[in-house]
Amino acid sequence: MKVSIQGIGLLAAGLEGWRAGRAVLAGTEPFTSVAVPDPEAALLPPNERRRSSDCVRWAVHVAQEAIAQSGLDPREVPTVFASSGGEMGVLDTLCRTLAMPERVISPTLFHQSVHNTAAGYWGIATTCQESSTALSCYDDSFAAGLLEAVTFVCVEQRPVLLVAYDLAVPAPLSEARPITTGFAVALVLAPPSDCSLGGMHLRLEEAHQDGPTGLVDPVLERVRQDNPAARALPLLCAIAAGRSQSIRLSLLDGQQLVLGLDPCRN
Amino acid sequence: MLPNVQTITPLTLTASTLVTANGRGLGPVLQALRERRSGLKPCDFEDVPLKTYIGRVEGLEDFSLGNELERFDCRNNRLAWLGLQQDGFMVAVAEAKQRYGAHRVAVVMGTSTSGILETEHAYQARDFAGSLPAWYTSRYRYTHNMFSLGHFVRACLGLRGPATVVSTACSSSAKVFATADRLLRAGLCDAAIVGGVDSLCLTTLYGFTALQLLSTSPCRPCDEDRDGLSLGEAAGFALLESSTCVSRWGAVALLGYGESTDGYHMSHPHPEGAGAIRAIRNALGRAGLQPRDIDYVNLHGTATRVNDAVEDKVVSGIFGRTTPCSSTKGWTGHTLGAAGITEALISVLCLKHGFLPGTLNCERIDPTLHSRILCDNDVRPVRRILSNIFGFGGNNCSLILGTLR
Repeated sequence: MKVSIQGIGLLAAGLEGWRAGRAVLAGTEPFTSVAVPDPEAALLPPNERRRSSDCVRWAVHVAQEAIAQSGLDPREVPTVFASSGGEMGVLDTLCRTLAMPERVISPTLFHQSVHNTAAGYWGIATTCQESSTALSCYDDSFAAGLLEAVTFVCVEQRPVLLVAYDLAVPAPLSEARPITTGFAVALVLAPPSDCSLGGMHLRLEEAHQDGPTGLVDPVLERVRQDNPAARALPLLCAIAAGRSQSIRLSLLDGQQLVLGLDPCRN
Repeated sequence: MLPNVQTITPLTLTASTLVTANGRGLGPVLQALRERRSGLKPCDFEDVPLKTYIGRVEGLEDFSLGNELERFDCRNNRLAWLGLQQDGFMVAVAEAKQRYGAHRVAVVMGTSTSGILETEHAYQARDFAGSLPAWYTSRYRYTHNMFSLGHFVRACLGLRGPATVVSTACSSSAKVFATADRLLRAGLCDAAIVGGVDSLCLTTLYGFTALQLLSTSPCRPCDEDRDGLSLGEAAGFALLESSTCVSRWGAVALLGYGESTDGYHMSHPHPEGAGAIRAIRNALGRAGLQPRDIDYVNLHGTATRVNDAVEDKVVSGIFGRTTPCSSTKGWTGHTLGAAGITEALISVLCLKHGFLPGTLNCERIDPTLHSRILCDNDVRPVRRILSNIFGFGGNNCSLILGTLR
């Protein structure tokens, strides 16, 4: 399956936006992990933004960056949102409240607890009425989201926006799922074209004894292992460096996604 | 407006299985539908004192998953396990596995709350320092994490193909058919297990209470005096294969699907049902059918004031006033992330046994509704059914199921 990459959005500590993060990922600037300010997510209407969860703002922020780069009308682009645990912060608040005798939860908190909250807010912000799928595959959620998005592009022959995100999990839920730093990435994928950030072909293979592709930089490698959405880093590094590279992403036991990257020609 | 979609090759439902409050397996569900026997009872879930009716599956409290499945043990996976045991489903999957190879059979599951009940219990059992109990933290991955259901089903069935869990609130286990079709068409698998499981939990019981959407009586879809939904739980699974490989005259197949969003509000439907219209039009487009080709519409029909009114506007706008429609939520309750597979498999029963279920608990049809709402069961041949599912986040999916000729 072949696609082109038409836009990238990125947000993580030390990687604030694709434009700024690109030099770091290409290895031309050092990686320094600084706390990320609350993302602007300017596309959200003020009243929706006020009520939104951290996940929503992170996801919408990177989606907006990627779509802007692609030049596409977001109303015409179907979406795939991938996250291991979704709204873990909301679930923490919800379960704390449900553990109290009165069990009075707010209606807003409840509708924000679904796995497709970020997808729903993106739809509201853009008034997009195209298909939107939210999914999870635990540690392999980015690979599963990529597979769903690429399959969609190839079968329907139209662009798709993929957004992968997982945020730091609050205590005590972090005892069950220790993710310590947030990471969000968005890719606009489309049928092959010359005018793009690069081409990518993807195939599903039996697991290889070498295991998934890691990163040379030990600090970035720790980020990759800490956060399921950061499993996108080897792909992002290769695009940033303009490298032709084959990247293996693990996908459940026994399988892996092999991505072949052709650097952009522009 | 012509839909911008291409027709698909029908996908045969080679095997299927369903567990709802009406019983274990398709047989008991069919019998309940024919006898117009609801599975809804006054809420007796754990210590929940809410004045509402629920469609609870009996017996989930009385067993646990043992041996190598122990780490997966939670209400949601117990319900999944119960579903997998019915209707000879395991045997059919084993045959498919032998035909294609374990790595060529995909697993695409839908759920909205997964095993969240475990987390709810764990928060109640926090120690003096606020820490969660070890029995919970070591098993989060296998119980509450959204992928748990996919992991569990893949492990139970011994499959090694691609797997994912779709979680788009109520539309989850309708959208699994679409994802499976894409995997099959892209050649990434030769067969797919689709399905969904959602189980009762405090989050949804108190969440829908907060939204003031729970009825104090068994839900009454399309009734003049309807006042909200009843929650239920269910597990359903189907084995999908391309009809070009297993084409059989008279077999039931997925003919089309349409996915869309409202882009309007998280918990209120678009007032004109714009997203719903798009989902139905795309489903018809993929099936290569016109509205007149549909013999029956299984409504989302949750029995909230707003859902039934907007859905009626959409359905009567597309299908006119003569196509029979009904909601089966009066039997099962709203099974949320499992509603898609539940109603798809109820539609399969209608196709196979030639009957239409009249909307249970609808005594006086809301006079402002214009669709042809069925209140009594009807015995007649049925060839093609459209099933609607609309969910939070404005996420919509319509499926068309039919008998192959």
